[in-house]
Amino acid sequence: MNLLATLGVLQAGGEAAQESGPEGGAPDLSGMLMHHLTDGHEIEFGFLGWEKVIHLPEWTVHLGALTLDLSPTKHVVFMCLAAMLLLLVFIPIGWAMQGKYTARAPRGFANAMEAMVLFFRNEVVRRNIGHGADAYTGFILTLFFFILAMNLLGLIPFGATPTGNLSVTGALALTTFAVTEISGMRELGFKGYMRTIFYAPPGIGGAGKVLMLVIMTPVELLGKLTKPFALMIRLFANMTAGHTLVLSLIGMIFLFGHLTLGRWAIAGASIAMVLAIMLLELFVAFLQAFIFAMLSSVFIGLIRHAH
Amino acid sequence: MLYGMLAMFQEAAMSPEAAKEWGSLFGAGIGIGLAVIGAGIGIGQIGNGMTQGIARNPEAAATIQTAAIILAALIEGVALFALVIAILFKFV
Repeated sequence: MNLLATLGVLQAGGEAAQESGPEGGAPDLSGMLMHHLTDGHEIEFGFLGWEKVIHLPEWTVHLGALTLDLSPTKHVVFMCLAAMLLLLVFIPIGWAMQGKYTARAPRGFANAMEAMVLFFRNEVVRRNIGHGADAYTGFILTLFFFILAMNLLGLIPFGATPTGNLSVTGALALTTFAVTEISGMRELGFKGYMRTIFYAPPGIGGAGKVLMLVIMTPVELLGKLTKPFALMIRLFANMTAGHTLVLSLIGMIFLFGHLTLGRWAIAGASIAMVLAIMLLELFVAFLQAFIFAMLSSVFIGLIRHAH
Repeated sequence: MLYGMLAMFQEAAMSPEAAKEWGSLFGAGIGIGLAVIGAGIGIGQIGNGMTQGIARNPEAAATIQTAAIILAALIEGVALFALVIAILFKFV
């Protein structure tokens, strides 16, 4: 609890550094929100007044008429950080599982990670995908831990949430879409896969079949597209909504900063609510990572068992 | 309250930018309110089903709880679709 309170206060301090330059008296709330929620080319951190701003390079690539912006922005840096964190945690655990713990049960941190991995393999991947599930275990587990790491990085002071960026969640959803469709194609064959798109219930005559095909084909196509779209929006909106709430509550302190009498009470109430909402955010970070991984495994299972 | 709405309409009729801003905020507010009502009702139904299920079959409590949390997260996802659209209203 104390740790979380400190985190909350540090986060408030981080925001204070942003809003300390109001123009004409009214604090710039929406500017502060945009600055914290959207991507940018600077990483900032500071402690009790000392500030450090790292300006990230901007790399634009011109391919003829096409201009690609490949600069490492704040969210890209935090994604790489999450990836490195995962490598640092799981490669030693893998070594330990193959070296020390072949004959006995793992202890300590490797035990905890093995519990989570086994939970995913048994309850999520094998239950939803059925036979041939072990091939997808790595993908589903990577999804879960990567999204979890990115979500959690947004909760530490001066951290940014890469999953609060529509492009990042869109890329993750696109990856799930690709894995789902390709696994469906491999499992069902080309004809079977086409039958999932051009679907007509068996046992209808000629004209009825054509009518059903005409009606059901756009429906099936849309169904294929809305599922990853929903994955993308769900993760993005959950992360952004939580952060927006926390930032708005902290911004309320500055909004009422001119009241001489009630501003300390407002600050206290605001920080208390921020504490509660940060706890909820922690839960939501785990839950949304789990839901993304679980829904990915459900979609893969659905298309493999479409017949 | 009617006078207030009259004043709002009058100001909105003044200039297209004011009308656009007023209209977009109004739409966003009403939209997100309705979406939250829907989410609240949905999650309430899940709570109803969950408590009844656990009351009837206390041994399945863990399974029911897990399923209820997952369903609640999915319903929240739908409400947050509406949030994203409402944010789109405000900023685009």
